Amino acid sequence: MTGAGEVSGAGEVSGARRATGARRAPAPPAPAPPAAGRAPRHRPWWTPYLFLAPGLVTVTLFSLWPFVNTVVLSLTDARILRGGHFVGLANYTRALADDDFWAATANSVLYLVVVVPALVLLPLALAVLVQAKVPGIGLFRSAFYTPVIASAVVVGLIWQWVLRSDGLVNTVLQRLRVISEPVPFLTDSRLLLCSAMLVTVWKGLGYYMVFYLAALANVPASLYEAAALDGAGAARRFFSVTVPQVKPMMLLVGTLSAVSALRVFTEIYILGGESGGPGGGARTLPFLIRQVGLGFAGETGYAAAISVLLFLLTLVFSLLGRRLSKGDDA
Amino acid sequence: MSGPRRRAGAGRAGRYLALLLMLVVMVGPVAWQFATSLRGRTENVYAGLLPQRPTFDNYLRVAESFPLPQYVGNTLVVAALSVTSNAVCAAMGGYALSRTGWRGRTAVFTVLVASLMFPFESVMVSMFLIVRGMGLVDTLVGVWLPGAVSVLNLMIMRAAFLAVPQEIEEAAVLDGAGEWTRFTRIFLPGAKGALAVVCITSFMGAWDDFLWPLLVLTGSEHHTLQLGLKTLAGTTTVTDQRIVAAGAMTALLPMVLLFLALQRYFFKGVGEGAVKT
Repeated sequence: MTGAGEVSGAGEVSGARRATGARRAPAPPAPAPPAAGRAPRHRPWWTPYLFLAPGLVTVTLFSLWPFVNTVVLSLTDARILRGGHFVGLANYTRALADDDFWAATANSVLYLVVVVPALVLLPLALAVLVQAKVPGIGLFRSAFYTPVIASAVVVGLIWQWVLRSDGLVNTVLQRLRVISEPVPFLTDSRLLLCSAMLVTVWKGLGYYMVFYLAALANVPASLYEAAALDGAGAARRFFSVTVPQVKPMMLLVGTLSAVSALRVFTEIYILGGESGGPGGGARTLPFLIRQVGLGFAGETGYAAAISVLLFLLTLVFSLLGRRLSKGDDA
Repeated sequence: MSGPRRRAGAGRAGRYLALLLMLVVMVGPVAWQFATSLRGRTENVYAGLLPQRPTFDNYLRVAESFPLPQYVGNTLVVAALSVTSNAVCAAMGGYALSRTGWRGRTAVFTVLVASLMFPFESVMVSMFLIVRGMGLVDTLVGVWLPGAVSVLNLMIMRAAFLAVPQEIEEAAVLDGAGEWTRFTRIFLPGAKGALAVVCITSFMGAWDDFLWPLLVLTGSEHHTLQLGLKTLAGTTTVTDQRIVAAGAMTALLPMVLLFLALQRYFFKGVGEGAVKT
């Protein structure tokens, strides 16, 4: 499983790109017009379905059906080893009164609030930096992409030894006598969450940089020339030409990174351990879902309710992103 | 004339300075871990940037903490299955999606796009129950199956087939080429680049995935490499940093080599499904 988020990412990309493309490029190669005017194919009606069968079966079985099933389960008291009875909205009212649920929600939302602005702005700066055609720039682009191809586990392991109490940062700071006690980057819940955010941003920089490079390549050079003729400096050109031109891409990156921020699991698992930091204080919603729903005592019904709430949260931010980009087009 | 030129020169120097700074931030931690993985047992991990007497000892010691070759083998099985199924099924499905004039096309397309709305994490409990119902818990097939055909890959292939010139297809129809012939002889060769992107992203997904294998593989016999690595994590257990580093590098270096060899496909993969949809 590459995970649905990346997949959903692609869907978002198509939407926003289509919007931007339509405005900017003369006309993208239009999808073939309807059958009218085309050579008759003599294609039996079921041929396309034969071609699509494996894909449709997989999507139905492992995406659509699980979602329907999750909604159904959320209304029952099912456990991992037995089916459940209909209990109405009891799981939802339980969640709303559950401190663990609110703590995990707060962590997930806090994660989003910190990580999204960083991942909208920093990769843009990075893209502007590597956009210049100077010698050796390809090398830098590739190097900045390294964290993207590393798995979340590898990235977690690497940063663990940077941030541990006996890790690189603490050792250096102690030797420089900046601090006397090691900073508990990984053993304090709040700091653990911040450390995971740092790792997420670090890993995402190169990924979204590539998005912005594509957007920057579409900005007409004449705009910069005109701005330069008007005597605009580099900073002025950035804010009055670059930013408005890549704004649709910024909204897209914002949406994508918001959705993936709500999905954070592995970083915290590796950095803070299986329990999600001391007392589970750094648990995010996916973390809670796994802990509640699986294992021998797994309360699948309750976990399903939290899953639905996570889905709704994701939906809110996706729609918000879409709304903003629509408003932008109008 | 010397004024602007000197300013341009200063600008370029500033750019390189910023680039080098970012290089330290982005690659520094990775490079440091790589160096650590090559240090001898007695060598201080903070002793300079380069290991004094590089050794592969730590890589052998990783194999002592978990069955490394077996886990790599498991990962490769999942990756091989995933690459094959995604390449074949996404190509065929993407082809059907790119053709017009068949009944139900819009509905199918809508269903596929709708499936993109559900984040994996919000359906993973149900997915686990389904895989368990199929008797596939703790099997590599169970790890592979849900990602056998990803919608993203379908869309990438669809976009590639849409870009194949219509005239060629129409000529083939006039020559009496059937659907299958047109697909294999005309469309597939025209979409080789996209097919490479699909193969690479599928491989990378299978190699790097953690959460789903963690749920499915309850015993340790069928662990993938990423799951094996988690035994090296931990904030309280005192483990040898050199071994952890060697483990991380075992998972990372194959991807880096793949990336260096096939870079343009990696970058293409980020936007491909997108641009021409």
